[in-house]
Amino acid sequence: MKIAEIVSLLDLTVISGINGLNREITGGYVSDLLSDVIGNAKEGNIWITLQTHQNIMAVASLKDLSAVIIVKGSLPENDTIRKSNEENIPILSTEADTFTVAGMLYELLAKK
Amino acid sequence: MKIHRADLHIHTLLSPCGDLSMSPANIVSAAVEKRLAIIGITDHNSTRQSDLVKKIAGEKGIFVLRGAEVTTREEVHCLAFFENHDTLKTFQEYLDAHLPDFRNDPLIFGDQVVVDENEDIIYIEEKLLVNATTVSIEELEKYVHENDGIFIPAHIDRMKNSIYSQLGFIPDDLNADALEVSRRSTPEKFAGIRPEIRRFNIVTNSDAHIPQQIGMVWNNLQIEKISFEEIKMALSGIEGRKIVAQ
Repeated sequence: MKIAEIVSLLDLTVISGINGLNREITGGYVSDLLSDVIGNAKEGNIWITLQTHQNIMAVASLKDLSAVIIVKGSLPENDTIRKSNEENIPILSTEADTFTVAGMLYELLAKK
Repeated sequence: MKIHRADLHIHTLLSPCGDLSMSPANIVSAAVEKRLAIIGITDHNSTRQSDLVKKIAGEKGIFVLRGAEVTTREEVHCLAFFENHDTLKTFQEYLDAHLPDFRNDPLIFGDQVVVDENEDIIYIEEKLLVNATTVSIEELEKYVHENDGIFIPAHIDRMKNSIYSQLGFIPDDLNADALEVSRRSTPEKFAGIRPEIRRFNIVTNSDAHIPQQIGMVWNNLQIEKISFEEIKMALSGIEGRKIVAQ
């Protein structure tokens, strides 16, 4: 499934990294500890977090993640947005909390 | 220049995790016993007990760096110190404004009290001090330096509430006066694992929560005289002021 499909099916807002919307996702990962994401997220995963610090984009790039979903309506910092555009890794925003968006995403991927 | 011992990360009984035996008088006695010339008072997200420590320590010829161990919104612990009454007062207002209004339950987290010289309780902090503030690590760093303070990310070797655990690595443009390695490691040992920290000055502090932990590790600061400015210079390693290997 492509990021763009997930954006429309989960009603996410694209904040940045629009050139990365055609990336394919391999699964999801949920964590707010970046050290944990570095250790455990898999290439192509879509990552759900409440962190907005610029380091999230460096981690997403390092692990070759497909996109980052930021929950609870938080807005990423300017440096974070800039790096998302540079790396073409989309930042997607939702008003939903982690539990809700992860549940919806899990269902969506299970159906595929 | 002379060398002075400094332990810059000590909690008082105000921190919920700080033992009630961490009264200002007991902290100062332990510092005297450990021959510390400089101590840092760093309660979680509060400076409210540091004035009395300064007063009692002053009588014993010990210099107190006053500040707090701030929890950023990424849940990274950072030490922040300020020089004078006004900047500390403004900093306390900043902490009050950015700490969520969530009440402490002393049975779960511990007591959060400020005491006077007779060790009578004169203030009970109702807000949970170990909560995260709403400021990002960059916002905090900027605030501290705009107010001529000292900014030190704490216990970077720990995999809990550290820059590495929360943010994975040190942000490229982070402007820290020093980084702190906890007493569970040593600056040399940790730099072996994370060579990139060598571009910073490294301090090591006790992070004492009970009197016996005060001065378990310390820094030898080579400075002209003991003052906030001289300590800041030593942390940055300028004009011959520096942290001397032990």
